[in-house]
Amino acid sequence: MTKLDSKIPEGPLAEKWTNFRNKMKLVSPANKKKLDIIVVGTGIAGAPAAASLAELGYNVKAFCFQDSSRRAHSVAAQGGINATKNYRNDGDSVYRLFYDMIKGGDYRAREANVYRAAEVSNAIIDQLTAQGVPFAREYGGSLTTRSFGGVQVSRTFYAQGQTGQQVLLGSYSALKRMIGKGKVKMYTRRQMLEVVVKDGKAQGIITRNLVTGELERHSAHAVVLATGGYGTIYYLSTLAVGSNGSAAWAAHRKGAFFANPSFVQIHPTCIPQLSDFQSKLTLMSESLRNDGRIWVPKNKDEKRAPKDIPEEDRDYYLERRYPAFGNLVPRDVASRAAKERCDAGYGVGETGQAVYLDFKHAIEAQGAKTIGDKYGNLFDLYEKITGESPFETPMRIYPAGHYTMGGLWVDYKLMTTIPGLFAIGEANFSDHGANRLGASSLMQGAGDGYFILPNTIGDYLADEIKKPKPPTDAEEFEQAEKEAKEKLEKLLNVDGNETAASYHKRLGKIMWDHCGMARSEEGLKQAAKEVKELKEEFWKNVKVPGTMNELNQELEKAVRVADFFDLSQLMIRDALNRKESCGAHYREEYQTEGGEAKRNDKDYMYVSAWEYKGEDQEPVLHQEKLSFEFVEVKERSYK
Amino acid sequence: MKVKLKIWRQPNAKAKGKFEKYELDGINTEMSFLEMLDALNTKLIKEGKDPVAYEHDCREGICGSCGLFINGRPHGPGEEIATCQLHMRAFKDGQTITIEPWRGKPFPVIKDLIVDRKAFEKIMEAGGFVSVETGAAPDPNTIPVKKNKSDKAFDAGVCIGCGACVAACKNSSAMLFVAAKVSQLALLPQGKPEAKRRALNMVAKMDELGFGSCTNTGACEAECPKGISLEHIARLNKEYLKASFTEEKD
Repeated sequence: MTKLDSKIPEGPLAEKWTNFRNKMKLVSPANKKKLDIIVVGTGIAGAPAAASLAELGYNVKAFCFQDSSRRAHSVAAQGGINATKNYRNDGDSVYRLFYDMIKGGDYRAREANVYRAAEVSNAIIDQLTAQGVPFAREYGGSLTTRSFGGVQVSRTFYAQGQTGQQVLLGSYSALKRMIGKGKVKMYTRRQMLEVVVKDGKAQGIITRNLVTGELERHSAHAVVLATGGYGTIYYLSTLAVGSNGSAAWAAHRKGAFFANPSFVQIHPTCIPQLSDFQSKLTLMSESLRNDGRIWVPKNKDEKRAPKDIPEEDRDYYLERRYPAFGNLVPRDVASRAAKERCDAGYGVGETGQAVYLDFKHAIEAQGAKTIGDKYGNLFDLYEKITGESPFETPMRIYPAGHYTMGGLWVDYKLMTTIPGLFAIGEANFSDHGANRLGASSLMQGAGDGYFILPNTIGDYLADEIKKPKPPTDAEEFEQAEKEAKEKLEKLLNVDGNETAASYHKRLGKIMWDHCGMARSEEGLKQAAKEVKELKEEFWKNVKVPGTMNELNQELEKAVRVADFFDLSQLMIRDALNRKESCGAHYREEYQTEGGEAKRNDKDYMYVSAWEYKGEDQEPVLHQEKLSFEFVEVKERSYK
Repeated sequence: MKVKLKIWRQPNAKAKGKFEKYELDGINTEMSFLEMLDALNTKLIKEGKDPVAYEHDCREGICGSCGLFINGRPHGPGEEIATCQLHMRAFKDGQTITIEPWRGKPFPVIKDLIVDRKAFEKIMEAGGFVSVETGAAPDPNTIPVKKNKSDKAFDAGVCIGCGACVAACKNSSAMLFVAAKVSQLALLPQGKPEAKRRALNMVAKMDELGFGSCTNTGACEAECPKGISLEHIARLNKEYLKASFTEEKD
């Protein structure tokens, strides 16, 4: 049985990463040329990883399902990217960012990894700026910052409300450079279907060419998954429609443990659902909470337009409940508070499933121009979707599925429980515990991709230098391709009556209702039953038109939905197992008198890492116990 | 509402395409254009017909995947929006909507409404970057950048690489796309050392790939979902001219 070993280096927290690098095995430049690395996914973790590994001299093959690596959904991150530059002289430090992330994650993340993420944050800003990323600047020419939720310093670097786009394009340009030099071979329009494990090590992948339909075998000395999160499990989420959990699930089926699958961040500020046909929800950056104030009417039967409701009839419930952090409480807290008000009948808009985010006071105090400079493109985005201008009337917002803290279990080297298989960025579970703080996903992805993985992967590859690249006609490749083909055939052969998307939508509703912002034992058990039934129906009644040997978007979708069924069952199991509330995992049975998440550190201060045991077999739970040597574990309070 | 659709169908790159007509009822004005197409595909699948292939991903106007030529305009009616941000409230009940893929030699059709935009990737590989390797960067505040220059670089940098500029241009020119990157990096001190090579190499690649010449009609600017200004083409021309006269060979 695989035993969990997080391989945390010895020494004081601040010296662990340095110690690791001082002692890690290196691969000489001459040997790097002989080693091949596969990187799947080219977002803010994968693109920098592929580029940086190629710069080091490795032969890199990079894969993405889009037609260009510039389109990975990191492109949609809006608000910013954290770093501990302390340009504001406001008391920031590596320790402070580390502490904020540990506390924000409700003491369910691994100290050493989080500290390292904070440690490399400054170098990311340096790197991106050097690439030509136009971060916001002061008139004096220096970079400026803004505040984000859950912290009391201003450490978020940004490019209007399009930070993710600018940051991703910086990394994309580094990748393009290495592709142009012939050091990275880029495979676009590929769906990864299987990880190939040979001699106990990850040595390749099976992909489907989405244009020709051909199944392809790719071998390498190591495989890196940078395939993002699985928040689209809810169907409606802030993610791209194509974002999926299939690569992570394929790795899980082959032996990679899945950690904390039920830890999903529900983002508090999204444009509410407007119609039943809706295919996605759009995020409104958390940065808006710097200047926007969140409120609902004090009266349940309020009929007046928001701008006609006087101050005394407004309930600024975040400021009321959390005077210290006010509108800048962390995302999980803000989301639950919105749900609480809406469930209590104070919600606004046609559905009653929305709250106001109001810029009236900010515009009065700072002027419309200043507010426009800060948030102009977000206001435009809002107006394009809703037809209303936030300059004139408050935005209506509601929480939506956004980010998965859970993901593939990795050790300090970012290696999964399959030797040679690494997971970086949102695809791993490593740095955010039970809740992620704003502007730390770009930071973690880029940190993993630029600075951490390119070091740690060498420590593994140093032992592989004598081994030739496995031939793709090996039995294991044969077998993996066969499994992939059988699954596709099975989906095509059902020939039922309903589309894959219709099942996805129904699955999403079950998960949102019972395994979303609030969970209960009863609800989760109900969800488990409903998902099982729906999964059975899916395999009897899904309709996938066309064939395997052509561009077939319905087949691509069906593969994703089929995997979401399996993954949702694991999520529910994990949520049921964790009989406590922590961060975004809010079990209604476990709350404080004030309605906050109530942890149970005695029994649950661990990472749950699930081992796959086969189709419809019970997975096995492994526990990685967490110990906190460098922070005091406290009740998380933002009051 | 009800719509009549005229959609370009083409099974693969080699096949000859043609327009097919469809009628679709029960469309809600709040639906996005792509959600309307989702509804059409659900109907087609249930009828045992081949659904329409079209590209999309983020559905919030930032990834640049979607790009449909709708009633003669890239991304359809509306200012500064990508196709995914177009809503059915922009159309009248009973209206005929013609949907085509991007046209133009450098963007061959792969299937139905999906085109191959690899040519853009090749242009980027020719020079759309700053050659700085991981770990070699100084602290940003050691190089101050004027705010207005940085802001202008951002305005150019918001290009989503959708290809609407090429689709809008009667010459299928990629000048706005190339200009956005050349201009962004030429405005910043970080991009300066390679500015000349970049302009020359990207323009040469654009020409080599069969994109047409720019005749300053401004159609690209008018249809750009991110409102990227012709000013950047002017800057590209300046950079290119300067480089043509002064760049020393490696």
